[in-house]
Amino acid sequence: MRERIVGLLRRLGASVVDRVWRLGFAARFFGLILLYSGPSLRRFFLTVREIYFTGVLSLVIILVSGIFVGMVLGLQGYDTLQRYGSSEALGVLVALSLVRELGPVVAALLFASRAGSAITAEIGLMKATEQLSAMEMMAVNPIARVVAPRFWAGVISMPILAALFSAMGVFGGYLVGVKLIGVDPGAFWSQMQASVDVTEDILNGVIKSVVFGIIISWIAVFEGYDAEPTAEGVSGATTRTVVTSSLAVLASDFILTALMFRGG
Amino acid sequence: MNRLTLDLWVGCFVAIGLASLLFLALKVGNLSTASTGATYRLEAKFDNIGSLKVRAPVKTAGVVVGRVAEIGFDAANYVAVVTMKMDGRYKFPRDTFANINTSGLLGEQYVDFEVGGDTEQLQDGDVIKKTQSAVVIEKLISQFLFSKASEDSSKK
Amino acid sequence: MSAEPLVQLTDVSFAYDRRPILAGVNMVIPRGKVVAIMGVSGGGKTTTLRLIGGQIKASAGEVRVAGKNIASLDRDGLYDMRRRMGMLFQFGALFTDLSVFENVAFQIREHTDLDQETITDLVMMKLNAVGLRGVADLMPSELSGGMARRVALARAVALDPMLIMYDEPFAGLDPISLSVIGDLIRNLNDALGASSIIVTHDVQESLKIVDYVYFVSGGRVVAEGTPADIRKSDNEFVHQFVWGEADGPVPFHYPATAYTEDIGAEACHA
Repeated sequence: MRERIVGLLRRLGASVVDRVWRLGFAARFFGLILLYSGPSLRRFFLTVREIYFTGVLSLVIILVSGIFVGMVLGLQGYDTLQRYGSSEALGVLVALSLVRELGPVVAALLFASRAGSAITAEIGLMKATEQLSAMEMMAVNPIARVVAPRFWAGVISMPILAALFSAMGVFGGYLVGVKLIGVDPGAFWSQMQASVDVTEDILNGVIKSVVFGIIISWIAVFEGYDAEPTAEGVSGATTRTVVTSSLAVLASDFILTALMFRGG
Repeated sequence: MNRLTLDLWVGCFVAIGLASLLFLALKVGNLSTASTGATYRLEAKFDNIGSLKVRAPVKTAGVVVGRVAEIGFDAANYVAVVTMKMDGRYKFPRDTFANINTSGLLGEQYVDFEVGGDTEQLQDGDVIKKTQSAVVIEKLISQFLFSKASEDSSKK
Repeated sequence: MSAEPLVQLTDVSFAYDRRPILAGVNMVIPRGKVVAIMGVSGGGKTTTLRLIGGQIKASAGEVRVAGKNIASLDRDGLYDMRRRMGMLFQFGALFTDLSVFENVAFQIREHTDLDQETITDLVMMKLNAVGLRGVADLMPSELSGGMARRVALARAVALDPMLIMYDEPFAGLDPISLSVIGDLIRNLNDALGASSIIVTHDVQESLKIVDYVYFVSGGRVVAEGTPADIRKSDNEFVHQFVWGEADGPVPFHYPATAYTEDIGAEACHA
């Protein structure tokens, strides 16, 4: 009995130590990425290449989801607003919910599952097939050559994708609200313009998406780099990337929103 | 993947991104209408601001001429201090009257400027002397009911 | 042996956590020679290579390469040292996102400021040496196992290293590819004037090409000698290994409780 309790406590201790150690390593890893970012910014082609893989290849999913989310917002928003006789405010509702929340957050969630998982899988496989060790042995730092360009590509792509998502969403809302339901286009746009502020709403949305980009890219490259170099290890790491970064995005969204829109 | 095609794709990607940001700023946001050019600040003290919020519009003759930038409390005089960021293109006489109105019955509250006749104009940092507080609907209703009740009782 | 060895391991020990991998290994790799480290899987051969490459540090003893103690080098010193080493990983470890040409050019691009034309010349020279100039534009996934290994070999020698290390260069190859790789290892070593270390368990192929052999088992050097010595050796372990016998000093059975006990326990339950 006593042995079992000791064993249980030991396992508990080991798992806590393990987690804290991983957290510390993740933080140190973030520092290392910044420290070795020189080459990826100096030889910008390395980063451009990764922007293609993380950003350009995520375009379709972002554009299609953006327009559908906007259309749904148009339908639901109209349904609610017309009960209070203020269906002209549809533009405001669609635009504000998109630029403040849905644009950055949904784009980030899609980005995490589309690009984040791909980054983790790629780096994890490179580790499993000894490509990272080979690079080390060639006196090339894998963090500088492999990790940092992917990190920066993610940080650069995320706000662009979020802006695209919001723009497509507003367009989708316009399609449903104005073209399909018949809300007056003048009221739709002018009310929207009157209540969406460039710094308060749009700029804050962009700041959010930059923060999400940093969080997702960091988690993705870390999970890949830290993955166990086996097939199961890599697939587990890929799942962890999607789960952890989605949770981190939602949690940090709450914090950012609380900081940004307190006065509003 | 050829480096040139890669560059082209990424260039297009960034350009589309910037274009959508521009679309958000100009078509969705108010960059085209407000916040162009200089602004100046005015202050006004109210006994009661009702539910006036930061960023609420400041209107004259129904046109938005500024926005509420800050709402504070003057602990010495127990009044609310509303700081407004005004569009630099519009100037107002010194005896302008600031009211807090409500758009519609339940709509948002805004600051309404009733323009006076003074030849001197309000400058950056000036304080508007003449103000009228927000109308609190609950108070109105209770006053109405109270007067109704007293009318009824006097009739009897 | 030569008076001035390129690599020298003195009483080197290494352990993962508390599991000992190497215990007091002594080895000498002379300049210009091809040396094989043989032994059963999991016997600490790859660990020896990683120690020489500085990827891990010995828990005791000293690893000296070209007169420098690897463990005492800082990051820059280690990277300087690695530029003069080439390593062929077990399955090639080619960069899957780069073409064959870019794989071989990788180190040249990273470490030198040569112009595109010179790089092309150098890469084509290396690819020609392994007979694969024709696949320069393919991706690694389009190559067969043997071809990938040869490309990796070309990549390992891209900067004309002084020391080339091979981790299981013969694993999973057909007999033809196998002797092609074997010949390449010998020829490249002699042409570049480098020294080579081959970690392998393929006895017959490596005995053909190497100058000296170390047998490693249980974290110790159990036998060493020239290929001729090895073939004649009456060391039990070497004999078992060279002739591929199932049982001997390396037992067929993983250590366990006595068989009769297991059987007996079963019998009791029945």
